[in-house]
Amino acid sequence: MTTALGQFEQAFAQALVAPQTPPSADLQALVAQPAFAVYRNTVMKACIDALEANFPAVVRLVGTEWFRAAAALYVTTEGPRDARLWHYGDGFARFLRDFPPAAELVYLPGVSRLDTLWRESHTASDAHAVDAAWLAGHSPAQMTDLVVRPHPAARWVWFDDQPIYTVWDSNRRHTATPDPLRWEGEGALLTRPHDTVTWQQLNLAGCALLDACAQGVPLAEAADRALTVEPQADLASTFAALLQAGALTAISPIPPLSAQAAS
Amino acid sequence: MNHLLTAGLSLKPEHFALALSSKADGLWLEVHPENYMVTGGPRLAWLEAIRARHPVSLHGVSLSLAGDAEPDSAHLQRLVALARRIQPALISEHLAWSAWDGQYFPDLLPFPRTSAALHRVAANIARSQDALGTTIAIENPSHYLRIDGHEWDEIDFLSELARRTGCSLLLDINNVHVSARNLGYCAEDWIDRFPEARVSEIHLAGHTIDPQWGDALLIDSHDAPVAAEVWELYGRFTDRAGARPTLIERDGNVPDFDVLMAERAQAVAVFMRSPEALTS
Repeated sequence: MTTALGQFEQAFAQALVAPQTPPSADLQALVAQPAFAVYRNTVMKACIDALEANFPAVVRLVGTEWFRAAAALYVTTEGPRDARLWHYGDGFARFLRDFPPAAELVYLPGVSRLDTLWRESHTASDAHAVDAAWLAGHSPAQMTDLVVRPHPAARWVWFDDQPIYTVWDSNRRHTATPDPLRWEGEGALLTRPHDTVTWQQLNLAGCALLDACAQGVPLAEAADRALTVEPQADLASTFAALLQAGALTAISPIPPLSAQAAS
Repeated sequence: MNHLLTAGLSLKPEHFALALSSKADGLWLEVHPENYMVTGGPRLAWLEAIRARHPVSLHGVSLSLAGDAEPDSAHLQRLVALARRIQPALISEHLAWSAWDGQYFPDLLPFPRTSAALHRVAANIARSQDALGTTIAIENPSHYLRIDGHEWDEIDFLSELARRTGCSLLLDINNVHVSARNLGYCAEDWIDRFPEARVSEIHLAGHTIDPQWGDALLIDSHDAPVAAEVWELYGRFTDRAGARPTLIERDGNVPDFDVLMAERAQAVAVFMRSPEALTS
């Protein structure tokens, strides 16, 4: 049963987000007051401000004015569902992909995806990352069955056909985008060593390796999968880069040699 | 930590290092818990570092206590987890709603103060306090609209919530000034009637005038220094009721830390006029 309070809030919420729909009879006297706009403006401004904070590389690419106009339209299609506004905008990449004025800006959805991954990395759980020295404590036989997991703050993505990483990186660092751009696929790795999000390019093999690790696949099989998608990849240096970046954490059934020796 | 909380500041990320190293007596720092509901990473590390040096207050904006639904249990659990971790000196929320049917509206929305609403809000406060294992302070929000159907005066409504749930009250004096101007009542009378024994915290903030309606419509924008009228009301309340932990609340056009500390010093001076402040 809906209470009077519930009916009021339902009608108020509707009037906030759909100004073009005539308000319910009960609410007409409220919506007619000039001050009702204060609530509409406050909600809209807070949503747009959140998106502007959440997608800095997109803002730099399209300019603040264009961004805020597009964001206002997005807010009307998909308002926040969580009070943690740094989560807001999960559907923004999809919105930009289908947004006719952005049709020429084919890299925008990918760039907004990387802005989202940055926030995910920034707010993810803490964990101890394993390094090359840790790996060196394992025998070759142990390494075959070794299971490493992506660090909770590691994010990676591969973009087919588009230099999304290069475009995002230059806009995130406020530097000039290389001209001409090499129009080819690129991958990105974001990690958070020392509590600061850092990023670098990652090849297709590295992305596949992390995908496999995320599924709990032992290292040997993960390496096979990586080489299947990119046979010419230098897997040793890719793996070293992942370790150096703090992209991996240990969940291994076999303790390293040093731990075995101590026990 | 056994600090006397005098005047505090909203903690802004750009002031983190200066706030951390400040040795100001009685300084405390207030944050919106929503911004720290993360599972790890630098934000939480910053807040923990601050907490190791200064008392922290969690000032929620999204429990939606006046919503006609129970507080979102996942959100409440995140608040509980943060409070366990930070051990705040104060926890507060608003007499307002901000969520409906799964949607979140980043604002503090009004409602008709009926007896049924009182029952609902009291239940929501009680549920939140049970989960947190402590009482919270409830803030009077800014008002802009004339709403038909109020059965309760706002002060009576807040007093009754405090009586039923044991919650304390957060008196936002800028909101009193803004609401009094917007709805046409006397701020001094309102302040004089406020149940001082229930007040555990005071907020002071700046406001702006509406670009279209001017002085007839004040906006609680938190993006300007505290106005002279609000300082007057603050002195009036403190002289009557004694000192309370007082926050300089600033969310927009954030000036240098020194500028906020100077504004804070003004609040400390008023605070120190009260006999309790001198003897504690």
